[in-house]
Amino acid sequence: MASTYTPADSRAVPPGRALALVRRLLSGDGAAYLLTLFAAGTIFFITFIVFYELYVQSALSRHKFGFHFLFTQTWDPIAGNFGALPFIYGTVVTSLLALLIAIPQGLGSAIFLAELAPARLSSALTFLIELLAAVPSVIYGLLGIFILVPFLETYIVPALKAVLGFLPIFQGVFYGVSYFSAGIVLSIMIVPFIVSVSREVLMSVPRDQREASLALGASHWQTTWRVVVPYALKGIMGSIFLALARALGETMAVTMVIGNTPQIKASLLAPGYSIAAVIANEFTEAVGDLYLSSLIELGLVLFAVTFVINGLARLLIFTTTRQGEHA
Amino acid sequence: MRRILLAVFLAAALLTSVVVASTLVNGAGSTFTYPILSKWASEYNKLHPDIEINYQSIGSGGGIKQVTEGTVDFGATDGPMNDQQMSDFKQKRGTDVLHFPTVLGADVPTYNVPGLSTTLNFTPDALAGIFLGKITKWNDPEIAKANPGVNLPNHDLIVVHRSDGSGTTYVWVDYLAKVSPEWKQKVGVGTSVNWPVGLGGKGNEGVTGQVKQTAYALGYVELIYAIENKLLYGNVRNSSGSFIHADLASVTAAAAGAAQSMPDDFRVSITDAPGKTAYPISSFTWLLIPRNIQDPNKKKIITDFLHWVLTDGQKYAEPLAYAPLPKTVQAKELKAISQIQ
Repeated sequence: MASTYTPADSRAVPPGRALALVRRLLSGDGAAYLLTLFAAGTIFFITFIVFYELYVQSALSRHKFGFHFLFTQTWDPIAGNFGALPFIYGTVVTSLLALLIAIPQGLGSAIFLAELAPARLSSALTFLIELLAAVPSVIYGLLGIFILVPFLETYIVPALKAVLGFLPIFQGVFYGVSYFSAGIVLSIMIVPFIVSVSREVLMSVPRDQREASLALGASHWQTTWRVVVPYALKGIMGSIFLALARALGETMAVTMVIGNTPQIKASLLAPGYSIAAVIANEFTEAVGDLYLSSLIELGLVLFAVTFVINGLARLLIFTTTRQGEHA
Repeated sequence: MRRILLAVFLAAALLTSVVVASTLVNGAGSTFTYPILSKWASEYNKLHPDIEINYQSIGSGGGIKQVTEGTVDFGATDGPMNDQQMSDFKQKRGTDVLHFPTVLGADVPTYNVPGLSTTLNFTPDALAGIFLGKITKWNDPEIAKANPGVNLPNHDLIVVHRSDGSGTTYVWVDYLAKVSPEWKQKVGVGTSVNWPVGLGGKGNEGVTGQVKQTAYALGYVELIYAIENKLLYGNVRNSSGSFIHADLASVTAAAAGAAQSMPDDFRVSITDAPGKTAYPISSFTWLLIPRNIQDPNKKKIITDFLHWVLTDGQKYAEPLAYAPLPKTVQAKELKAISQIQ
């Protein structure tokens, strides 16, 4: 039917299904729908391919070690014994430490830039922040080794030990490279993500929200903290997820300052290792199928860690925002 | 717009014509040999403009993998292929792989002891003890007895090693395994190992940075890197009992010392080699070439290039701080080229 169709009789004959589809596609809406669907589809596709490849290629290691892989601490390429625990621990600890530092600082600067700063200063600072986001991670790593680590060693760590030395997390010898240094370098790297996205979100809060609050007699700060920030909370959380994802997967800067020692120590001042760092360090020279397969399984574990932490964070927001709505 | 298109088209045509005119030979592997291999490639291209040698420094492990898969024409490695890898190669490619030593390298112990700028002497037992975590103080008797008159501090020794898999590590631990049965049994030999102690630095520069920044640290780096960056590095006692400072002559001497017992396939470790002036932590670096090359044109190019590398090409080694091959090894290799069919 469709094949005999000509434009002249299009009104007279009700078009068939295939024809309707073609028509819809040719009209602007349909084309846009398909194009965007395709774009979104690639995200699923890429994620799936990454997961699938990691899963298939790590088969050897998964079969050999099973779930022990996640809970053992040995990493011995010669004997062929591999366990991921020290790397998982290092990745999680450094990323959380980075968030702990970056969230207050990033959110503080975003609020200042969006709400309090004069427009000219705000745009100048925003430009600087975007500049920081574009600095390659190897530069941050080098700054970490040559500037930050000596600074920590001479000023910060002695002070921390003097004041908080009774806490196990600040005990032991400090060699410079450590979870602590890695966490701080990471926090510097992820702040720009939090600031630039949060600032945009805060600025897009409708004007009438603020005016209504001010009209009710709230002060400027009360308006910002009680009205604007809660309104923008979802977007702010989005920026934090982005930052967290970057922290979990960061390779170069971390490997330069974490000490590359596969061990688990309670002290933040001790050297450690992260998943991304060990993959970057050992992948090129990994000979032997089991060794390679174990490194790939580490990639799979990183995938899972990101998934779990993201899920937990989302759960946290879900519960806290629900409370907010009822209050 | 049309003009731009024309320009792009012309450029593309030009590029393809260049590619068509010359034969491309691809190699991949060791990062340690990259400086000299790229020098060889460009010098050889000057002599034979129709031949292009393209080398990618992806690491020895990657080089072995790629030449086994047949994605490159030759590989380069700092540690010889083991028997398992040799049989994998034979299974996949239907032919053997040949090892050809090209130049030599060495590892040196570098350290940072505040207030000490003299060259320290290290015995094999001292190095093994330090890296096994049994020698923990700078004034340990094993270090002190080799350095009479030096005031060694009573301070904890901080060990630094490579965190990335590397040929440099392979040579270092291969030496430790030869001089210490305990190392051989507990840790073993490879491009990455399960270190009993120490911090990991990425690359020669990472280890150097860590040693420079950390007082009382000791690590190992590639000799070329130590020379180029004017690092302070220690002497190591060789198998004849003399403390040797690593330099190009003492590294070549190690190869000459090992030459008498050189196996026909050249897969030999020359750490702890005999010879009065031999530096004990030295190593060959090898080109990996399939015994049977199907394409007669490529076979000719590869054998000619190899011949040139082993003869005229050796003069580029010393300016780049690589130790050249001793004559005995060179002669043996030139004979072995005929094995390529």
